Amino acid sequence: MEKLLKLLKNNARLTNAELAVMLGKTEAEVAADIDKLEKDGIITGYTAIVDEAVYDPNSVTALIELKVTPQSQSGYDDIAKSIAAYEQVESVRLMSGAYDILVSVTGTNIREVSRFVAENLAAIDAVQSTATHFLLRSYKVNGISVTADENDERGLMFP
Amino acid sequence: MIDYNKLLSPAIVNMKPSGIRKFFDIAQQLEGVISLGVGEPDFKTPWVVRHEAINVLEKGRTTYTANAGLVELRQEISNYFDRRIGVHYDPKDEIIVTVGGSEGIDLCLRSVITPGDEVLVVQPSFVCYSPIVTLCGGVAVPIETKAENEFRLTAEELREKITEKTKLLVLPFPNNPTGAIMRKEDLEEIAEVLRGTDIFVLSDEIYSELTYSGKHVSIASLPDMRERTIVINGFSKAYAMTGWRLGIAAAPREIISQMLKLHQYAIMSSPTVSQFAAITALRECDEDIAKMRDEYDMRRRYLVDAFNKLGLDCFTPRGAFYVFPCIRSTGLSSSDFCEKLVYSKKVAVVPGNAFGDCGEGFVRVSYAYSLNHLREAVKRIGEFLEELKNGSIV
Repeated sequence: MEKLLKLLKNNARLTNAELAVMLGKTEAEVAADIDKLEKDGIITGYTAIVDEAVYDPNSVTALIELKVTPQSQSGYDDIAKSIAAYEQVESVRLMSGAYDILVSVTGTNIREVSRFVAENLAAIDAVQSTATHFLLRSYKVNGISVTADENDERGLMFP
Repeated sequence: MIDYNKLLSPAIVNMKPSGIRKFFDIAQQLEGVISLGVGEPDFKTPWVVRHEAINVLEKGRTTYTANAGLVELRQEISNYFDRRIGVHYDPKDEIIVTVGGSEGIDLCLRSVITPGDEVLVVQPSFVCYSPIVTLCGGVAVPIETKAENEFRLTAEELREKITEKTKLLVLPFPNNPTGAIMRKEDLEEIAEVLRGTDIFVLSDEIYSELTYSGKHVSIASLPDMRERTIVINGFSKAYAMTGWRLGIAAAPREIISQMLKLHQYAIMSSPTVSQFAAITALRECDEDIAKMRDEYDMRRRYLVDAFNKLGLDCFTPRGAFYVFPCIRSTGLSSSDFCEKLVYSKKVAVVPGNAFGDCGEGFVRVSYAYSLNHLREAVKRIGEFLEELKNGSIV
C-alpha cells in the first residue's frame, strides 16, 4: 500500500495497468487496493496541481492567520465551517501556537483578497484579529516540486 | 613540430576510445534531447553523508590518510562484507579504499597480469577491462553471454575459453549493460570449473546492492573461492556517491599487498573527506539504499513491460539499473537504431555493441531517471518504431 500511495501521490493519473506492472500485481488487485484506500478515507480525492501564477499571472494567494474566541458549545468548529463555506477559500485549518485558524484564499487581485479579509473574515464576531500574508512564490506543493525541473547535471551518456 | 604520434606511447595511442563517444557528440549538439544514457544514479547522496562531509571540512580534516584508507573505514567495510556477502576480510591488510571501483580494477589487472597471460572478459560488460588488459601485455579473451541464458555466464562457455595461459576471469555481475545477475547456483557451476586451477577471479560487484530478486551472492563466498578472488565494490551506485570517487578492493593479503604498492605510488590515498563520509554511509544508510532500490525496481518493471509491449524483446534484468532490449526486429544495427532515434525523436540510448561485439542487436537503456522522464522517453520510442514501420523514418 505504501508504494502504491507513493506512486499515486506523485502522479494520480497513472493507469491501473501501469501501477500493476510497477508493483508486480494484477490490475484487479490494484483496483481493489485503491478502492480500499478510498473506502477507508485514506485517499480522499484526486486533484490537479495548478500553478496559479502561470494560469493567471494577476491572481494572488494569501495565508490568513485568525485569532478566534472559541464558542461555548462548538469550540472552533462552527466558525471554521462557516469560513470554509466561502468559495474563494482554499483551505481552513485549526492550528496550535500563536493563532488558531489558518485560512488560504485565492483571488484575482490583491484588492479582492483584502476586501474578503476585511469584510468577511474580520467581521466575524468571534475573530479577534487577522494577519494576512501574501504568497510570493511556490516551490513545492503537496510534496511535488512545482519549480522547473532541476538541471540534470549528469552527462548525456556515460558507460 | 613535434610528431606526437611518434613520440607518445604506442600502447596508449592505439587504445580505442570508448564506443559511445560518437553518440555522445551527436546528443550533445541537439537541443531538447532526453537521455537514457547515463550510468549513474539520479538520486542525491543521502543527506547524512553530505552533512558528515561538511562537518569534516569544518573541522579541517584535510590531510592524507593511511595509504589503504582510514582504519575506521576499513573496519566498517570489513563489517559490511561480513553482513552482506558473508566473507571476512581483515581490515588491517586485506582491504584498500580506492578511487572508485575503476581504480580497483586497474590495480587488480596490473598486479596479476604477466605479459602473454590470457584474461577472460565476460561480455557485454563495462568498457574498461580489455584496454587495461592489453596495456599490461595480456590478451583479453571475450566470453560472449547470450540473451537466451539471460546473459549469465555458463560453465560451458567458460570451459571452452580456458587454456593453459588463462590467468584471470573478469566476472562483472550484476552486469552493466545487461542487468544480468548470477544466482548462487550459477556461481557454483563457475566455481566448480575454477577449483583446482590457478585462475584468479576479478569479481566486479559494484552493482551488488541493486539486486531485485533475492540477495546478491559473491563468488568469494563459495568454498575455496576466496583465495583466488579479488572483490571490487564501491560507494558510487549503492549510495549514489559517484562524484565522491570511492571504491573498495578486497582480497587475500598476498594480493592486496601487491595492489597497495601501485595504489601508494599512483594515488597515495583516496580523498579524505569522501572517506569520512563513507563511514557514515556504511553505518547509517542501509535504509536509504533500500528506498532507492525500491524506486529503481518499480522503474525496472515499468520499462521491461513497456519495451516488450513496443515489440522490442526485453528479458527481465534482475540487477543494476539498465534494461537491454533487443532491437533486431527493426532490421537496424545498434548504431543505426541509436543514431536515428536521437535524430528523429531526441532520445539518447547507448548501442549495445559499445560493451562488446556480442552487444550488437541490443541497446542499453538506463532507468536512473524519474518515472515521468521514462514515460516521456517510452512515448517517443513508440512513435519512432511506428514511423520506422510506416516508412516515414528511413
